[in-house]
Amino acid sequence: MRYSGFKVLKEALTGHKGWRPAWRDPEPKAHYDIVIVGGGGHGLATAYYLAKVFSQSSVAVIEKGWIGGGNVGRNTTIIRSNYLLDGNEPFYEFSMKLWEGLEQDFNFNAMVSQRGVLNLSHTDSQRDAFRRRGNAMRLNGVDAELLDTEGVRRIAPFLNFDSARFPIKGGLLQPRGGTVRHDAVAWGYARGADSRGVDIIQNCEVTGFRIENGQCRGVETTRGFIGAGKVGVAVAGSSGQVMAKAGLRLPIESHVLQAFVSEGLKPLLPGVITYGAGHFYVSQSDKGGLVFGGDIDGYNSYAQRGNLPVVEDVCEGGMSLMPMIGRARLLRMWGGIMDMSMDGSPIIDHTDIGGLYFNGGWCYGGFKATPASGWCFAHLLATDRPHDTATAYRFDRFRKGLMIDEKGVGAQPNLH
Amino acid sequence: MLIPHPLLGPRDSQEFTYLGDARLIDRPDGLAEGALDLFHDYLYLRDNPAGLHQELWFHEQGDRSWLVVTRDTRTHEIVGAELASDVARARGRSK
Repeated sequence: MRYSGFKVLKEALTGHKGWRPAWRDPEPKAHYDIVIVGGGGHGLATAYYLAKVFSQSSVAVIEKGWIGGGNVGRNTTIIRSNYLLDGNEPFYEFSMKLWEGLEQDFNFNAMVSQRGVLNLSHTDSQRDAFRRRGNAMRLNGVDAELLDTEGVRRIAPFLNFDSARFPIKGGLLQPRGGTVRHDAVAWGYARGADSRGVDIIQNCEVTGFRIENGQCRGVETTRGFIGAGKVGVAVAGSSGQVMAKAGLRLPIESHVLQAFVSEGLKPLLPGVITYGAGHFYVSQSDKGGLVFGGDIDGYNSYAQRGNLPVVEDVCEGGMSLMPMIGRARLLRMWGGIMDMSMDGSPIIDHTDIGGLYFNGGWCYGGFKATPASGWCFAHLLATDRPHDTATAYRFDRFRKGLMIDEKGVGAQPNLH
Repeated sequence: MLIPHPLLGPRDSQEFTYLGDARLIDRPDGLAEGALDLFHDYLYLRDNPAGLHQELWFHEQGDRSWLVVTRDTRTHEIVGAELASDVARARGRSK
């Protein structure tokens, strides 16, 4: 079933009786060529590209809960490719290009909205760092504009420009950045994968891996053993827990990140704005709510909820940057669990166990990476070679000193 | 979160900074056989449990002591705290 304007009109006139579930609810088969553990954005994107680009006909996605119930439905929906380092920037730009063609590609309205991502600078040294990052982006063919105070004022006149402590000196703008409706990304990929023959098996928790002579033969689940030629794990947030079932320790800690939504307001923010002097970033959803957040709480957690000191810190940042936010009422706040890696960058690699592959360590930047992560993981699973844009995301980069540390803070996950 | 400081009583966790897994106390011997592997595992790999977790907190805004706090990562419940120096000595460290 393809979605189109004609289809909507036809259903409107016939009592909406022709809509069908967007994906099947199949029983697991005894064996698949490739089993993806984790039906989040990255797992579903992996399955979608395995079927569509790499012509794999025997693929299953195994999900403990339901599609769209994990981090893909808990993030703040921002997409951008404004990274500094060579290991990262081509990958995230690949992802941005996939976002730009995504809705036509999987015939689903994901509300990709490229309204711009603006990082504010408040000191001369911060402006210099932004100039360097902007130049690095442009060397990789990515759009970046360095703005002065007046340039920022034209975009966002309501900001607190003349704060005595943190005056706004300028900003780095990526016009192609923006936001995407996160649930629709999960649904679009699920529907696209399902229609190409991928079995999406929900309410099925992986309880162990069957490993014989150093080779992974399949997964034990709450719905029985499922054999597999290859197993790809994409469960960021729970990576440590799942990979421990295969006896592996990871360069990852799980941390909680909080996010907030205000009541619905009239159109107010032009795009995404991030504060350079405090932990605060904000955008406005199509429904009108201000979607904002800040830093991770900073201690290991699987609780999916944070504590009040960070709430206070985020709200202080908001008040400092755009005082008018104080008139908006908070509607909801929640927490999600992040794979915080040791250098702040992800891992897409095979493990030391044959036939077992890993995708994780996305820190708090996994959503924007969803399409490229899926494509690159599918490339690795199908061909056993890393994709050209993901060659740096290896496990052994820590052993070899090839860390991709955008912030330069070292092996301290809560500081990335 | 309130951390039950063994010397000062219950203190707000905001007074502390967080380092991570208390296994960071067990620094490997740099002259041992296979020290490279030992240091890789020590520095980069974590158990990352969902459940009770022993972790290092530094009382930066207080008496500047290091504590080993036992906390449940699923609920944030803190079940105990002791001086890291006591823990280190019990494990055979000289200080």
